[in-house]
Amino acid sequence: MFNKILIANRGEIACRIIKTAKKMGVLTVAVYSDADKDSLHVHIADEAIYIGPSPSRESYLLGDNVIAAAIKTGAQAIHPGYGFLSENADFCRACSAKNITFIGPPVGAIEAMGSKSAAKNIMAKANVPLVPGYHGDDQSSAILKQAADDMGYPVLLKATAGGGGKGMRQVWSEQEFAEGLAAAKREAMSSFGDDTMLVEKYLTQPRHVEIQVFCDNHKNAVYLFERDCSVQRRHQKVIEEAPAFGMNEELRAEMGESAIKSAQAIGYQGAGTVEFLLDVDGSFYFMEMNTRLQVEHPVTEMISGQDLVEWQLRVAAGEILPKTQQQLVLNGHAFEARIYAEDANNDFLPATGKLSLLQTPIESEHVRIDTGVRQGDEVSVYYDPMIAKLIVWDENRDKALKRLSKALSEYRINGVTTNIDFLYNLATSKPFIEEDIDTGFIEKNHDLIFHDNAQELLNELPIAALYLLLSIKEKALQNAQQSNDPHSPWHNTNAWRLNEAHAHSLVLAHNDTEYTVEVEQLCQSKGQGSDAHYLINIDGKQFDCQGTLTSTSSQNDGMIVNINGHRSQTTISFDDENISLYRANGVFNFTHILPDYGQLDNDDSHGGLTAPMNGTMVSVLVKAGQQVSKDQPLVIMEAMKMEHTIKAPNDGTIDEVFFQAGDMVDGGSELLSFTELTKE
Amino acid sequence: MAKLVSKINTRSQDFLDNAAHMQTQIDDLRAKLGKIKLGGGERSRDRHLSRGKLLPRDRVNALLDDGSAFLEFSQLAAYKVYEDNVPSAGIITGLGRISGQECVIVANDATVKGGTYYPLTVKKHLRAQAIAQENNLPCIYLVDSGGANLPNQDEVFPDKEHFGRIFFNQANMSANNIPQIAVVMGSCTAGGAYVPAMADESIIVKEQGTIFLAGPPLVKAATGEIVSAEDLGGADVHCRTSGVTDHYAQNDHHALEIARSAIKNLNRVKPVTINFQQVTEPKYSSEDLYGIIPKDTRQPYDVREVIARLVDGSEFDEFKALYGNTLVCGFAHIFGYPIGIVANNGVLFGESAEKGAHFIQLCAQRKIPLVFLQNITGFMVGKQYESGGIAKHGAKMVTAVATAQVPKFTILIGGSFGAGNYGMCGRAYDPRFLFMWPNARISVMGGEQAAGVMAQVTRDKKEKLGESWSEVEEQSFKQPIIENYEYQGHPYYASARLWDDGIIDPADTRQVLGLAISASLNKPIKKTKFGVFRM
Repeated sequence: MFNKILIANRGEIACRIIKTAKKMGVLTVAVYSDADKDSLHVHIADEAIYIGPSPSRESYLLGDNVIAAAIKTGAQAIHPGYGFLSENADFCRACSAKNITFIGPPVGAIEAMGSKSAAKNIMAKANVPLVPGYHGDDQSSAILKQAADDMGYPVLLKATAGGGGKGMRQVWSEQEFAEGLAAAKREAMSSFGDDTMLVEKYLTQPRHVEIQVFCDNHKNAVYLFERDCSVQRRHQKVIEEAPAFGMNEELRAEMGESAIKSAQAIGYQGAGTVEFLLDVDGSFYFMEMNTRLQVEHPVTEMISGQDLVEWQLRVAAGEILPKTQQQLVLNGHAFEARIYAEDANNDFLPATGKLSLLQTPIESEHVRIDTGVRQGDEVSVYYDPMIAKLIVWDENRDKALKRLSKALSEYRINGVTTNIDFLYNLATSKPFIEEDIDTGFIEKNHDLIFHDNAQELLNELPIAALYLLLSIKEKALQNAQQSNDPHSPWHNTNAWRLNEAHAHSLVLAHNDTEYTVEVEQLCQSKGQGSDAHYLINIDGKQFDCQGTLTSTSSQNDGMIVNINGHRSQTTISFDDENISLYRANGVFNFTHILPDYGQLDNDDSHGGLTAPMNGTMVSVLVKAGQQVSKDQPLVIMEAMKMEHTIKAPNDGTIDEVFFQAGDMVDGGSELLSFTELTKE
Repeated sequence: MAKLVSKINTRSQDFLDNAAHMQTQIDDLRAKLGKIKLGGGERSRDRHLSRGKLLPRDRVNALLDDGSAFLEFSQLAAYKVYEDNVPSAGIITGLGRISGQECVIVANDATVKGGTYYPLTVKKHLRAQAIAQENNLPCIYLVDSGGANLPNQDEVFPDKEHFGRIFFNQANMSANNIPQIAVVMGSCTAGGAYVPAMADESIIVKEQGTIFLAGPPLVKAATGEIVSAEDLGGADVHCRTSGVTDHYAQNDHHALEIARSAIKNLNRVKPVTINFQQVTEPKYSSEDLYGIIPKDTRQPYDVREVIARLVDGSEFDEFKALYGNTLVCGFAHIFGYPIGIVANNGVLFGESAEKGAHFIQLCAQRKIPLVFLQNITGFMVGKQYESGGIAKHGAKMVTAVATAQVPKFTILIGGSFGAGNYGMCGRAYDPRFLFMWPNARISVMGGEQAAGVMAQVTRDKKEKLGESWSEVEEQSFKQPIIENYEYQGHPYYASARLWDDGIIDPADTRQVLGLAISASLNKPIKKTKFGVFRM
């Protein structure tokens, strides 16, 4: 075994690898950029070496710097994690040139799988089933389009060098082809420096099921069962689970054997994942092979009881696989939810900022959190906006799923917009519970996940209103205790009135719809104990409500509610007038609308266009003084490796442009000033 | 402490009849107030709202802390007094909590005759200021008024307790560090201009509030100058140029929020120096009071049944229980505050009055607030009692009540007749607050007695002249007198003229007293110096 290894990565995966290395008594070396100088992985490693400025192409993607760091610290091996240099054949080669072990497959295997089209040719020869597609070297637009026309739409355009959903586009018709191809190529070029494309038939109801394989240098190969990663948005995985639901032993063995065959076809060593599309009829097609440890590897660890990083280190050190196929036992069910800094309500736009509050569920044999950040850390514009992976395990899918939603409801992050609510809604949605899942899950169940159902909302509104009233009461109670007149009836918040009903009026909003909530508080003449009733009126419907706050902390409250005789419990978070109710059927967000205090007169903002987030200016398409028409693209920004086009809100004139291509732009800053054409 | 044990049977027919009778009176009160609370007519309310202004009651709600109680005063003011309908006398006054501080709020209702001041509007405004002054409570004026009601100027402008007194009070309260905050949310014309000008801090709403000594029509008549109200005295003029107002508000809500901040910045600490205890609710439901108060006012009942439904834990330590027992005196707590209770339980005798004077001295000495429960036909009359010195015994009680410096609270729970009203801390004896139950009656004597006295005088006169007077004639002579006494002694008549601070539901009495006592403790309790007691 190695004495010391270097981890050529950052964030949660660097921390994850360091954890296993420590357990095995292997010393660790971290590398870091400017942005990461105080990051968690740097703190927990035994040593850390600075390798360059914040942008990854000036630090984490510079193989020479990483190798220099390994030499300097005497690390015998480099673990590349995932992303960055993990599937870079040149880097792999450079390592072996310096006599450093690359913890991963041999160069040949990386090269074989690095080009998706080449990979498919190899698989075809090895009799692994393939989706119809064009994987040719002729990259002329006409040829690519012809291939698409021939196999029929929809088709999928993919960067051969790609992964992780970048440089990938669905094209639904002949007319969209040219535009889609250009965008996919542009993204591929900026992400991988290579815009070679392949065209594939797009299956409309497929599941994404992948097999974890492991091979050693002694011709042993095993598969560690499958993972279902069908729930994706923009081809990026959202929630993964293992095993795949509805899987039987025969199909599992068939896919497992097929995966081993794929790996052996390229002389594979180490951890690898073979991705298949599984059709409704049980037929499966090879998609690609990832020659690295996957983000979602923890679900496999949870059901197999194995530490895959430990396996990687052992295999890289020349040991034989720790288990044979017969010794591997599948036990229980696991889920992984990826917690991202992104705005699910705004097309999953990546978010940045400081994690002013980070409160996680308590870890246990059932709950595991893989993360690389702490409270107070920054989610920067430079790297992937994943904050953590939440992994849960239990003996079956139902139980594990309940643990997932519970843990999600306990995850509190402030300061950065996250997808936690979205994940909670997904995990508690009926089709997800009922295993009605394919890769189009999120699009198909959009209304369900985003709660665009008015009736459902109306039933949750009184709970939010009741919570506000109870928290006003709670706050008054605390003030009373601190006052020198603690028993004064003036501390009561029952809105007592002489000779008339005791009424509260609240305005709550969901998205942009405002609801006026009129509440009559029934005060028993004998005091105003916790048994007080509230008659809550919304949209002509009346709800008879009672409630008690159970636990109160600054961010997380529990409440027992009784609405029209239906008693239930709710977890609530309340921050800056935003109320989130974590209910059995999803999370519901409301905003308490304060009275309109009017606009300040000196607010003379005029038609400026602002950056939706932190990012880089890719191109400026207009000049000062130029006339533009409505929806005309003005500038293109890139953030989180995604392009965002800012368009003219109306016909008008550009007065001034404040940025040029290549500039870093802070979210919210004015990009250009624009004067709307006044209509006569 | 001793617990009171109720002897009431809540299933008896009497109880149910009484309860139904009281319910009818409460329903009538609520129905009348329901209309009164709307303020002016629908058209004037719509016009008010269309200007982007909040209705006065909504202004009060927005000004108060979330969920704060509002103890409104004299809701029935001016009820059936003028030919014009002037709901609540066109002004809303009351006690509420703002930024944790109990305050007096005075809000004009511009939907009622443009918020102009009728004689009772002035009286109600001055009464609110008196409450502020006596209890050391900050005042917030939500001004939206056209000033004096010109047709009634003779009863509004010239006298001591007329319009000018408002500003006299503002100046003097300010001098005593009772903060005066004005929010100009509409017109503030002529004399009204002094409300914000005399305030410690003033706020004005843009495009709504105007302040000027003379409005555009008068200016044009006087000098020929043509100027808009906004240019003459709008928010921009007064915040940027004249300095009459201090804070510029964008709208009503903004103005009220600024007022809340102004209160927050007062740096006031409530000087509670009494020995309060944990609150326990009474053992008996206050709704029982409906069934306890007899339908027939002449029927006696034990006032301890009322006390048992007002005080903490129904605990009452009675003083001199075996002496002068037509007056019940004793110590109890309401919302944890110690109080002394003086309650009628029949006609006052010399001993009862002496006992009352003694008990009031105790409370004054110990600085314990006093609650009077008035249900009194008067002092006992007759040769035996006059010669026993009932007048001097009554005088002792009146002296004690008049000079006691502890906060006093009076509830008229039944009759309030004659000198009994004085000894039991009637309006003239400066109780901090005085409320009536709907069944209460107030007059110099009962209608029957007054009619009887006047009939006797008439009969004597007729007999001297040798005229005859039949029973029927006497009855028809007495009837209008009785009816007039009933009409003028009714709480609606009394409350309309501000002889009280409002009519309350008996079931709310504990709550009202709790709020009132708590508010009164904003003023440190002074040492009492009694006058000469005639021994």
